[in-house]
Amino acid sequence: MKQTRTIELGTGLFALLGIGALFFLTTQTTGNNDFDAAETFQVEARFDNVGSLKKRAPVSMSGVTIGRVTNIRFDPVALEAVVTFVIDSRYDEIPDDSDASILTAGLLGSQYIGLQPGGSPVYLEEGSEIYFTQSAVILENLVGKFLLRGGSDDDGDDGDE
Amino acid sequence: MGPSGTGKTTLLQLITRQLAPDSGQILVDGVDISTLSQSELYKMRQRFGVLFQNGALLTDMSVFENVAFPIREHTRLPDSLIRHVVLTKLHAVGLRGAAELMPAQLSGGMARRVALARAIAMDPDVLLYDEPFVGLDPISMGVIVKLVGQISDALDITSVVVSHDVHDVVAVADYSYVISDGQVAAAGTPEELNNSSSEVVKQFMHGLPDGPVGFHYDAPDYAKQLLGESPD
Amino acid sequence: MLRDIWATFIGFLHGFGAMCLFFLRLLQYTPSVLYKRFSLVAYQVYNAGALSIVIIMVCGLFVGGVLGLQAYSNLERFNAEDTTGIFAGFALIKEIGPVITALLFAGRAGTALASEIGLMKATDQLSAMEMMAVDPLRYVAVPRFLGGVISMPLLVAVFTAIGLLGSHLVAVELLGVDVGAYWQQLQNALDMEDVMEGIYKSIVFGVIASLLAVWEGYNSVPTAEGVGRATTRTVVITAIAVLVFDFMITAWVL
Repeated sequence: MKQTRTIELGTGLFALLGIGALFFLTTQTTGNNDFDAAETFQVEARFDNVGSLKKRAPVSMSGVTIGRVTNIRFDPVALEAVVTFVIDSRYDEIPDDSDASILTAGLLGSQYIGLQPGGSPVYLEEGSEIYFTQSAVILENLVGKFLLRGGSDDDGDDGDE
Repeated sequence: MGPSGTGKTTLLQLITRQLAPDSGQILVDGVDISTLSQSELYKMRQRFGVLFQNGALLTDMSVFENVAFPIREHTRLPDSLIRHVVLTKLHAVGLRGAAELMPAQLSGGMARRVALARAIAMDPDVLLYDEPFVGLDPISMGVIVKLVGQISDALDITSVVVSHDVHDVVAVADYSYVISDGQVAAAGTPEELNNSSSEVVKQFMHGLPDGPVGFHYDAPDYAKQLLGESPD
Repeated sequence: MLRDIWATFIGFLHGFGAMCLFFLRLLQYTPSVLYKRFSLVAYQVYNAGALSIVIIMVCGLFVGGVLGLQAYSNLERFNAEDTTGIFAGFALIKEIGPVITALLFAGRAGTALASEIGLMKATDQLSAMEMMAVDPLRYVAVPRFLGGVISMPLLVAVFTAIGLLGSHLVAVELLGVDVGAYWQQLQNALDMEDVMEGIYKSIVFGVIASLLAVWEGYNSVPTAEGVGRATTRTVVITAIAVLVFDFMITAWVL
C-alpha cells in the first residue's frame, strides 16, 4: 500500500508540474501583442509600399493594440498593396478620415500599422477603406536620401490622395 | 520425453499455438487449434494451464497477485472470493505463507510452485509442464514431482509433462512417448518403455553414453585431422 | 557489394514494415486499453514521466543557463543584450526543449522500457501471459506506449519552463539584463504558433520515442545479450529518428 501511495504522489506531482509548465508556456511567454477579440470589423487600406509588414502584425492606436492584419495582397490594376485588417468591434468610433501608417517597433523591430485619429464625424465600420495612408519607411532609401542631402522631398512617404 | 533438441518444447508450443504448424492439424479436445481465431484461441487457452521452465512469474507483482492475475483478468469475482481461491491454490502448493513475497525473493523451487499454483488458478482441463524438473535441488525436485502427481489426480485433469529426466517421469507418468529426431520413437507405459528393444529408446531410458545418438559430434576422421590434412 | 546494400535495404524494409504494423496494432488497441486498463497507463506515466522529472529539471536548468550565457555574450557585441530573452526563448521553445527532452527520455525512460519488456520476454513472462489468455500487447506494450506518449509533452513543458528560468537566472540575476526587457522582448517576439510548434514536436517525439522503445523491447532476442542490444538500439535509433523528424517538422512549419 505504501508503494501505491508513492506512485500516486509522484504521478500527481508530475502531472501538476507538467500542466503548470504548459500553462506557463502558453500564457506567459507569448506576446501581450496577442489580440483576440470575439467581434471584429474589417477595414482596408492601400499602400504604395508595405515594407516587411506581415500577416498577424498588430494594428495599434495610441500604442494600444486594437486589431490585427489579416491579409496583404497586391492590386495589379492600381499597382498598390492592399492591406486588410480587423479591428475590435468595441472601438467603433474611430473617425473614417484617420491616417494609417506602417511603423517600426524600435530600430530593428517588426512592423505594425499605427492609426492616427482624424476629425470626421463618420466612423469606420465593416468594409470601410482608410484613404490617408503612409507607406513603410525603407531604411535604405532613407540612408540614400541622407547621403544625397535631402534629394527629392517625398520618396518614402506618399499616398495621400 | 526425449533427448535435448528433438522438438519436445516445440511440440508443447504447437499444442498451445505459440507456434503455428507449417502443415497438419493439431486437435485439442476435437478442435483443430491451428485454425482458431485469436478470441477463440484465447477461450481455448483458458482451459490450459502451462508451467514454464523457470516459472515465468510476473516480476512486478507479489506472489498473491501473480496467482490472482488470471482470475482477475478473466472473471469478475469480488475481491474476497479471489482471496479465498488464491489462498486455496497457494495452500495446495504449500506456499500460503509466501503470499506477500515478491518473485525475486523466491528460490527456484518456490517460484515454480507458485507458477504451478497460478497454472491451476483457473481450474484448467489440461496442464502442460515444460521441463518442470530442470535445475532444482533434490528436495525441491521431490516436492515438484509429488505435486505434479497429486494435482493431476486430485483435480482429475490431463497433465502433459515434457522432460528429459527419465526417473522422475517414470515416477509420475501413466503413459509416455519418447521423441527422437522429430519422430515418436516409442510409446507406452513406463514398464513397456524400460523393456523396449529399440536402440534409441534403450539408450535414452538407461542413459548410455554411446548409441544411435553418437558420443562424437560429426567430425572428419580423427587421424587425418591430427596429421594436418585438410578435410577439403 | 551492390547485392549487400540491396539485402540491407530489403532487411530494413522488412523491419520498418513490421514496426509500422506494430504501431497500427498499438493504435488499434489504444481505445480499449484507455477505457479498461487506465490504471496500467497511469502507472506507466509514473514510470516514464515522473521518474524522469529530476533529470529533465536539472538538464533544463543548465541548458537554459548556457543559452542565456551564449546569447548574452554574442548579443552584447551589438548592444542588444536586452534581446537575450528572445534568443533563449525561441531556441528553448521551438528546438532545444523538445529535442533534448526526447533524447533524455530515450536515455532514461526508453532504455528502461526496452530492457523491461526484453527481460519479460527473456523470462517467458510474455509467453506466460499469452498462455493465460492475456494479450501481452494490450497488457504490456500499449500501456507503456501510452504512458510515454502522455508523459513527453509534459516533460518537454517542464524542461522548457525550467530552461527559461535558467536563462533568466543567468541573464537577469547574473549578467544584469533588465528583467522587464528580458520578458517583454520575449513575449513580444513569441507567438502562440511558436509555442504550438514546440508542443506538436513534443507529441510527435513522444510517439516516436515510446514506439521505438516498446518495439525494440518487444522484438529483442530473448537472451541477456539480446536485451542489452535492444536498449542500445533504442537510444541510437530514437536519437536519429528524433533529429530527422525535428528537421522535417521545422521545414514543414516554416
